[in-house]
Amino acid sequence: MKFSIYRYNPETDDKPYMKDYEVEVTKDMKVLGALKKIKEQDPTLSYRSSCGEGVCGSDGMNINGTNRLSCVTALTDLVGDKLESTIEICPLPGMPVIRDLVVDLSQFYHQYRSVKPYLIAHDQETEIEHLQTPEEREKIDGLYECILCACCSTSCPSFWWNPDKFRGPAALLQAARFLNDSRDDATAERLTDLEGPYRLFRCHSIMNCTNVCPKGLNPSKAIGDIKKMMVKHVI
Amino acid sequence: MTIPIRKFDSLVIGAGGGGLRAALQLAKADAKVAVVSKVFPTRSHTVAAQGGVNAALANVMPDNWHWHMYDTIKGSDYLADQDAVEYMCRAASHLVYELEHSGVPFSRLDNGKIYQRPFGGQSQNFGGAQAARTCAAADRTGHAILHSLYQQNISAKTHFFDEFYAIDLIKDKEGVVLGALVLEIETGEPMIIEAKTTLLATGGVGRIYRTNTNAQINTGDGMGMALRAGIPLQDMEFFQFHPTGIAGKGMLITEGVRGEGGYLVNKDGERFMERYAPNAKDLASRDVVSRAIYLEVKEGRGCGPNGDHVMLKLDHLGADVIKSRLPGIRDMSRTFMNVDPIEESIPIYPTAHYTMGGIPTNRFGQVVVPTDHAGEEPVTGLYAVGECACVSVHGANRLGGNSLLDIVVFGRAAGNHIIDYLKNNRYHKPICEESVENAMKRLSRWEDTSEGESIDQLRADLQRDMEEHCGVFRTKEILEEGVKKIQAIKARMVNARLKDHSKVFNTARVEALELENLVEVALATVHSACAREESRGAHSRVDFPDRDDQKWMKHSLFFMEEERMDYKPVRTKPLTVDTFPPKARVY
Repeated sequence: MKFSIYRYNPETDDKPYMKDYEVEVTKDMKVLGALKKIKEQDPTLSYRSSCGEGVCGSDGMNINGTNRLSCVTALTDLVGDKLESTIEICPLPGMPVIRDLVVDLSQFYHQYRSVKPYLIAHDQETEIEHLQTPEEREKIDGLYECILCACCSTSCPSFWWNPDKFRGPAALLQAARFLNDSRDDATAERLTDLEGPYRLFRCHSIMNCTNVCPKGLNPSKAIGDIKKMMVKHVI
Repeated sequence: MTIPIRKFDSLVIGAGGGGLRAALQLAKADAKVAVVSKVFPTRSHTVAAQGGVNAALANVMPDNWHWHMYDTIKGSDYLADQDAVEYMCRAASHLVYELEHSGVPFSRLDNGKIYQRPFGGQSQNFGGAQAARTCAAADRTGHAILHSLYQQNISAKTHFFDEFYAIDLIKDKEGVVLGALVLEIETGEPMIIEAKTTLLATGGVGRIYRTNTNAQINTGDGMGMALRAGIPLQDMEFFQFHPTGIAGKGMLITEGVRGEGGYLVNKDGERFMERYAPNAKDLASRDVVSRAIYLEVKEGRGCGPNGDHVMLKLDHLGADVIKSRLPGIRDMSRTFMNVDPIEESIPIYPTAHYTMGGIPTNRFGQVVVPTDHAGEEPVTGLYAVGECACVSVHGANRLGGNSLLDIVVFGRAAGNHIIDYLKNNRYHKPICEESVENAMKRLSRWEDTSEGESIDQLRADLQRDMEEHCGVFRTKEILEEGVKKIQAIKARMVNARLKDHSKVFNTARVEALELENLVEVALATVHSACAREESRGAHSRVDFPDRDDQKWMKHSLFFMEEERMDYKPVRTKPLTVDTFPPKARVY
């Protein structure tokens, strides 16, 4: 099977280029398996990966035009039975490239940290658990499972334009995770922190985030819900 | 060349649950703490833990820490140190409540309390009916805990060096540990981190085996660093093979599936665990279940065209239970096997999972080494917690749900001990140039641009040899040959070369450094296994099928220098309660 891969090493290359590789593949192989075979041929290719099962979030990349995790993307998902076709792999878009498929996610992490992604609870009783009904707990299903792979934020045009000001879908999903946690006491503070034209409201419901999330989460809906909470909060 | 230096009170190497829990304790005590991690913290392998964390909260049925202690010691096949086990099981409830307070989204019972599920090897009343002790956030408990701990560290303003790779410890002539030499992966530049204490929390080493549940990063880096610093590794022959890995691929399917009521069947549709463990059945200890699966397949009762696996049946649990309690493994089965467990059984086979052995420590997380007079003493300034360490609370076989507990209990204990140490040791000791030079040699050795063997080939050979010579069932002949083979790979390492010598984000260089650690730890593992002539827990010797408490109720210690073995006694005296004396272990 043919692969066309984005290559750039700042030590030797003036500008990025696409390089073609051909490797033997099997039908049950994931993109990560093919990348490992390519790296055996050409050890200079750099990419991130770790758990190989879609839970660590290391290997987000742009595969045939869509942001995906290489370890859970089957070759057959991309090309069906046509194993003779070419797969194109690029780094996550919109972020500075460090080398090859490795991007600098500093801004992405900065936005994540900016939403105070930790439980803020006052007056905790120390020796027992907070009670939370199954229904209350269910409200954070679909929000807490994020693996910070950055597939969503780096597919978002609003984030491409304003990665320094717009929090982006991943960070906002995280904000929603705490806003919807019955144990959290900082709702007003969290909403106030999201006021203004950029942090939350740069989202134009383009929905790329939801379409690409490899965990099937829905940041777009979470952002919509925060906007509704914001209206109530402001009034 | 001058190497940049950063100074902190305390250095933590590894950002999984153990490292982050310790860092949190330190940051909250206003210590200046640096966490070095070769991946962004939430990519650490704690994230992949599924089933849960054990604590006798008694939310579902009666339970207490003493029963948990008994189960853990029985599970360990009486090799665990009973003082450390008592400490862990007593602390468990407090630590789980603390996790809950820090935001972990545990699943809930109707009364609002933390959901608990039954897990393997758990009993009420010292070997009675099945207990339900494992606190779970669906089947993503590790993810939930790791993210919450990272988030709390953001709040506590812990300093992170993300994507920095630790090369070696820096010691002075007296053996005091002064920090570490690290490599910034993005730039390829070395840096010295000076610290009054250094904590190793680098996780396990499942990557010495070909089929394993571990992430690529689980390469035993801290264990390798300890060995090179002259510190032995303890009980390395005890490697846990998890019964339910996805057949042929190795991804983990949580024991929680069996806790929720799933069970194993062979090709005749027989629930075969009833024969091997009449009481506990599918919830016997992991070593017991793994051996049973291996024997079923060996005796021709395996499933599939090649008869090389068995099936994990859970479709009878119903769609609701699977979707709410086991959503992660449903995803994984669909992604990797095209099997939806709501409708079909999952093909499974035992797979290398957990390193019971590791860097020897006491229950304060201090690394300890033998003295000349048959005792042991702490290495000043050096700590280790979690899978890279051996306290030992898991002995010869770890119980499911005890690893997440281990990391938070001993992460916190080490943090507390370090805080005390810092109060009495206010100044940094001078850095030792010779130690830095030795560590730098480990890096510069890979600058050699001549032709040589490839890292990929050596790693593949290592993993194949370990699988063939140090697997579930072992004999003297197989192990002796294994020792020779791993020694041969170590000899070949001298001629290994990199093809890519660039500096910026050179993952090939990191993989070469990781392979050096894998080889050293594999050698420790196969040597320790060869020396232990008995069967205990996960170490199954066909030629010595029985446990031999008279001769072998002791911990192994492997030293890199001269590939030497030594032993030390098991601490059988708990802190306050009576000793659990060794008994025949039946489930």
